[in-house]
Amino acid sequence: MSSIAPPPSAANIPEATRLELYRQMIEIRYCEKRAHDMFLQNLVKGTSHLALGHEAVAAGFGVAMNKDDYTFCTYRGHHHTMARGASMLSVLGELMGRQCGLMKGKGGSMHLTSAENGVMGSYAIVGAHLPIAAGAAWSAQYRGTKQVAAAFFGDGATNIGAFHEALNLACVWKLPVVFVCENNGYMEYTPIGAVTAVANPAADRASAYDLPRQLIDGNDAEVVYQAACDAYAKARAGGGPSLIECLTYRHGGHSRADPGKYRPKDEVEEWMKKDPVVLYRIRLLQAGIAEATLDEIDATAMAKLEAATEAAKASPPPELASAYTDVYADGGAAWRN
Amino acid sequence: MAQLTYRDAVSAAIAQEMLRDSRVVLLGEDAAAAGGVFKTTVGLFEQFGPTRVRDTPISELAIMGAAMGAAMTGLRPIAEIMFSDFLACCWDYVANQFPKTRYMSDGQLGVPLVIRTANGAGARFGAQHSQSVENWAMAIPGLKVVAPSNAADAKGLLAASIRDPDPVIFFEHKNLLGNKCEVPDGEYVLPLGQAAVLREGKDATIIALAAMVPRALKAAETLAAEHGISATVIDLRCLVPLDTKTILEHSARTGRVFTVEENPRLCGWGAEIVSIIQEEAFSSIKGPMVRITTPHIPLPAADRLEDEVIPSVARIINEVRKALGK
Repeated sequence: MSSIAPPPSAANIPEATRLELYRQMIEIRYCEKRAHDMFLQNLVKGTSHLALGHEAVAAGFGVAMNKDDYTFCTYRGHHHTMARGASMLSVLGELMGRQCGLMKGKGGSMHLTSAENGVMGSYAIVGAHLPIAAGAAWSAQYRGTKQVAAAFFGDGATNIGAFHEALNLACVWKLPVVFVCENNGYMEYTPIGAVTAVANPAADRASAYDLPRQLIDGNDAEVVYQAACDAYAKARAGGGPSLIECLTYRHGGHSRADPGKYRPKDEVEEWMKKDPVVLYRIRLLQAGIAEATLDEIDATAMAKLEAATEAAKASPPPELASAYTDVYADGGAAWRN
Repeated sequence: MAQLTYRDAVSAAIAQEMLRDSRVVLLGEDAAAAGGVFKTTVGLFEQFGPTRVRDTPISELAIMGAAMGAAMTGLRPIAEIMFSDFLACCWDYVANQFPKTRYMSDGQLGVPLVIRTANGAGARFGAQHSQSVENWAMAIPGLKVVAPSNAADAKGLLAASIRDPDPVIFFEHKNLLGNKCEVPDGEYVLPLGQAAVLREGKDATIIALAAMVPRALKAAETLAAEHGISATVIDLRCLVPLDTKTILEHSARTGRVFTVEENPRLCGWGAEIVSIIQEEAFSSIKGPMVRITTPHIPLPAADRLEDEVIPSVARIINEVRKALGK
């Protein structure tokens, strides 16, 4: 990890914002752990790609955004969806395939969408959403709204064509879009370094698009927040896109099916010492924030999680008729008269 | 009414909709300043300027993605994919993204866009620039699929496609672009999903699409004049929504059905239509339904070979005569 950006001066970030970063991270951490537990209880079907370990990226960007900004995320997108304000109930309900889910069970874990919160979908075809985010940014530019689109993606996505096509178009058209690579070191089960021509898969490609190289500590919520604010300000001012590589680590495997045993034990241990939630709590305590304040945030988050879990379990499954709705804009599925 | 070519009708429809609705934008390779390699967007860049009519790099993923992102956030983009064969480069958007987003999001998001693309043979471009791929698009739930056969329909159906709230794949046939017909002046919009009955007969029903329509019409004229066979000719105009009402009614009337398809044989659109007719109008059918298609081969480049494999007027006449024993 060469020439990583230094942490910003914490004094620049108001206390309310710092507590909001912490709250977001704790809620994501609790909810993702609960999702994992519910797999084990077979309450969550299908697959799921947890973001345990990636909380600082979601919180940093989520808190930096305006309400009307756009988020586009991948199948590993629970954290970004929650960071924009989607409730634990709506996320857990979708994972469980219940009526209370964000999409009432029609999308599932890999496609979380909350348009009212600016979450314009979670995309499970690697790289596909980078050009789509560029398109949303083009729309914002055309409409003159000052909205910014962010696309979050993994290190593996930097080797697919859509990444490069989106970067090029966004630069040529100077679009207000922020491309955020969550480099967790692994392209599914394979170390990213084993299949990539450069050491830092996003940052080292930035120069190809005449963008500054941005490599940051993705486990430091304040570093992420600061980088996000800067990129958003640049985009809103007409300065075009940013490409930011956030170094982070998955606490678990790639997906539900993967125990992640291909990762060296000492590597896992090293990264677990850099747990973004633990580190941020220490940072805040050192900054003089009362432990009771943080404990209260933790307790409130846990109470919300328990309530959401119970409500999701109690929620009915979707109506069978909903399998045939919303294929077309008329609300139905008719392809013939 | 003015005589317009198919290609001029395309640009007329786009201009009509861009004047009417500031959300309509156009993007594609060589689509702006150059007016399109098929000259279907001539004058739009000059009339509407570079913010609404944009040239793109040769980046089909970026074109499709940009159109989709814009469509989801309030615009009405028209994206051009130069040759329909190139849809294979960006099929993810056609198959996975445009048509599934409304459904997966439980109706939270829509993708109101039009993908215009030059389809079909006749230009001797060979296997990667001549295909008819409308049946690819027909296989995907959530898309609408339009393929006009003449200039007037091109104008009216493209306008309707731009106004439509669903993703539309709009196939412009390369071999029809220079064809002229009377095209209504002023605002002209046709409904999607209505087939046109171009002539009515009592002996056979010939169902065709795009460039196969003028061939089916010519064949029907010869069948009537020289062989005593009177045929109905239906121009489907849209594969989705599919006007099964017109298909079933006119198939039942003659009892003998022929599809004329430029797409290759297997899973061509005619197979679906024949299947619907046999399920829903079986008792009215008097003999085997016949599919006249391009064989299941890649398309050859040489004119002599291309003409051999694409359904021709002569082949339509022969197939109908053979089936009817006349």
